[in-house]
Amino acid sequence: MRVMVVWCPDWSVVAGLAEARRSRQLPAAVLAAGAVEVCNGPARDSGVRRGQRKRDAQARCPELLLLEAGPERDARHFEPVLAAVEELRPGVSPMRPGLLAVRAPGRYFGGEEHAAALVAQTLVDAGVWDCRIGVADDVFTAEQAARTAAVQAAVVVPPGGSADFLRGLPVRVLESDGQAGREVASLVGRLGLGTLGDLAGLPLASVQDRFGRYGADLWHRVRGAGRSVLGERTPPPDLDVEVVFEPPLESVEAVCFSVRTTAERLVSGLASRQLVATEVRVEAESEGVVVSSRAWLHPRCFTARDLVDRVHWQLQGEGGSLRSRHDAGVVRAPVERVRFVPETVEPAAAHAEALWGGGSDELVERGVARVQAMIGFESVLRPVLQGGRSPAERQASVPWGERPTGLRPLDRPWPTRVPGPPPVRVFSPPRVAEVVDGTGHPVAVSERGAVSADPRRFRFGAALLVAAPGSAGVPQPGGRAGAQEGLWALEDTPQVVARTTGRPQVGAGAHPPSGAPGAPGRPGERPWQPVASWAGPWPVDEEWWVETAPADGSRAARFQVVGVDGRAWLLRWSTAGWTLEAGYD
Amino acid sequence: MPALDPSRPVLDQLRERVAAMEGGPAREAVATHAGLSDLLQLRAGATYSVDAASVGLALAAEASRAGEWVGFAGWADFGAEAAAELGVDLTRTVLVPEPGEHWLEVTAALVDVLRVVVLRPPASVDARSAGVLDARLRTRSSVLVVHGDWPRCDARLSLEESRWSGPDHGSGRLRARRARLAVRRGTAPPARAEVWFPGIDAPLVGVDERSDRAARASRPRGPVLEPVGPRGPRGPAGPVGVRGPGGLVVEEAGACG
Repeated sequence: MRVMVVWCPDWSVVAGLAEARRSRQLPAAVLAAGAVEVCNGPARDSGVRRGQRKRDAQARCPELLLLEAGPERDARHFEPVLAAVEELRPGVSPMRPGLLAVRAPGRYFGGEEHAAALVAQTLVDAGVWDCRIGVADDVFTAEQAARTAAVQAAVVVPPGGSADFLRGLPVRVLESDGQAGREVASLVGRLGLGTLGDLAGLPLASVQDRFGRYGADLWHRVRGAGRSVLGERTPPPDLDVEVVFEPPLESVEAVCFSVRTTAERLVSGLASRQLVATEVRVEAESEGVVVSSRAWLHPRCFTARDLVDRVHWQLQGEGGSLRSRHDAGVVRAPVERVRFVPETVEPAAAHAEALWGGGSDELVERGVARVQAMIGFESVLRPVLQGGRSPAERQASVPWGERPTGLRPLDRPWPTRVPGPPPVRVFSPPRVAEVVDGTGHPVAVSERGAVSADPRRFRFGAALLVAAPGSAGVPQPGGRAGAQEGLWALEDTPQVVARTTGRPQVGAGAHPPSGAPGAPGRPGERPWQPVASWAGPWPVDEEWWVETAPADGSRAARFQVVGVDGRAWLLRWSTAGWTLEAGYD
Repeated sequence: MPALDPSRPVLDQLRERVAAMEGGPAREAVATHAGLSDLLQLRAGATYSVDAASVGLALAAEASRAGEWVGFAGWADFGAEAAAELGVDLTRTVLVPEPGEHWLEVTAALVDVLRVVVLRPPASVDARSAGVLDARLRTRSSVLVVHGDWPRCDARLSLEESRWSGPDHGSGRLRARRARLAVRRGTAPPARAEVWFPGIDAPLVGVDERSDRAARASRPRGPVLEPVGPRGPRGPAGPVGVRGPGGLVVEEAGACG
């Protein structure tokens, strides 16, 4: 069996520089335990050597860029190289990051030299400039051949010529074979044996006695009789499916109708491997360009119908989540190809339906999918709990049909969380509020946590605080503001009427009923409500560790305030002013 | 399908279910919170209006606890933790915080598949739109709870005279609220009951079950479910913690108006 070894020298440095987005020409070294483990060409030119201490290396090359050792990073960056070689010849065996072996492709590419040149060209195209290739009868010889090759060149050891090739190599080459190899090279060198041929000339028994099993193995290898066992990796099965439309389709409905069989093919293809997909990427191409790509998560597993729904939402939802029915159904560019890429597959047994039940849940899922088709995928949510301190932090919502990810754990103590029963209404983002004392001055909290005066009156502004830019789910500012305004009107009027009959109007809303004694107030200015009782302040001591300081000032404290109408609110004071965080309605 | 309620005759429940499946006048009973059951029994196909978010949550909670799906439409400020504490199973909860201009269609679609839908309409509702939903409700045997005003309701629930115990001029914290829950059906005199809402160690309880705790409240109150006559001007009972008579309130509101 002929073996081809591809060697990318100083791979740790190459990968480290690529990760740090630095130039390849910089002198750089990877340190392990305070000593240079790997260095690159420019560093070697300055006199940096493997095994040097960090201080010595920096003395010889002051501009030396020091990189952390990262075996995982090296392997991650080596994966594209493996994939590139796999394209040409399956059965790649990764030996370690920077070194791979593969059965030498022979006649198909017109000889081993041609094959090596093709591999080198493929790798250079993939962005790996420094690759060297060796071809020989066994892995050890091929690796040594690759190490003698020039950049992007190949050394081919003819069949049966391994022993001859190895004989002239110095024992130093064993230093690349790990700690054991270094010990052998050092000792053999001190014994006066300069080449691998000298080592091969020793009796096997002596080598085995002195160097043990590794030595015996090495002895066989340097005689060109090493065993070539390649741990070839099996490429993962190709589960992607796609469908091509000729001519391209312009309507979402037509696309969805046509992808149905393809979606069924994906699901049945997975099922034949006892798998189900829980995350699928849907890609739509137009004129050879992927115009729409999105990964979809499913709480259980995707069926063909779910996939068709996702295609529908994805193509229709490109413009925004809220849309009228008239402009729906037309895609922006004709779709000529739709591809399903299963990103996460799980064993089907983990998602099997129970023998009894499940029918009504399926009905609900269909109904909710209809709502999603109406107003957009992100508009239908599932609330989830998570850990946190403020009420808004303690909950989250995920789009219906997706799995929650990255939630804070609930079982932690979360010191300084808001005490008392959880609020029924949580305003996120918070609303502006005003709280004043008896003289009309805003209530504040001192640095020692003392309240400046008893809060006597409070009121809330209708305006929302501006949400963080880029927050999703705010498709149409006009529509949202309208809804919010309506919500305010609803919140204030009926409740005031219902609760305070027989008593004077205290918390009159924006549109108080006619005849109410409460003054309506100017537009945009809401009436005050007296404080019945209050609790607090509880200082808010969080997020000071975040580099970007919180926007609302450096100090903050929370209060629970009960109005005379019996409703309680959670207010937050900060140096920037008061906000309303939650309501105990 | 939820389990049968052991406290009622099995045959009746099965008859209700068969009637619901046949599309007949579905008046199937829907699980109602124990603290409210003296006042109100939710019926499929009916509309209830509430004036406090917590009452809306409580109406949905028991059905959710019984294994039904519930939905909340128009609740941009949904308090998930409070809902979970009241008994709403969040894994069987659909939340549409901002249904936008299609809120009526969204609600109708939710009513199709969910047992209890709690709606906060973003705008005032005319009788025609409400009628569309009512028809849908009856065929689908769902319950619609509206937080706000609604043209035709089977019952209107309102919280009256809620008093929080706990905070006291800076010290303490919110602990429990004792409120009077009034249920009005048509023009009949309202039925009232005192409830702890949320209770000290349970989210919602009637006062009678908590007579021992009631003694600890700042202002213990008498009988529990008091079917009082037509509502007259109630006593001087100001909320806890208000210093001064009610007249102060007027001055405050007028001063800054």
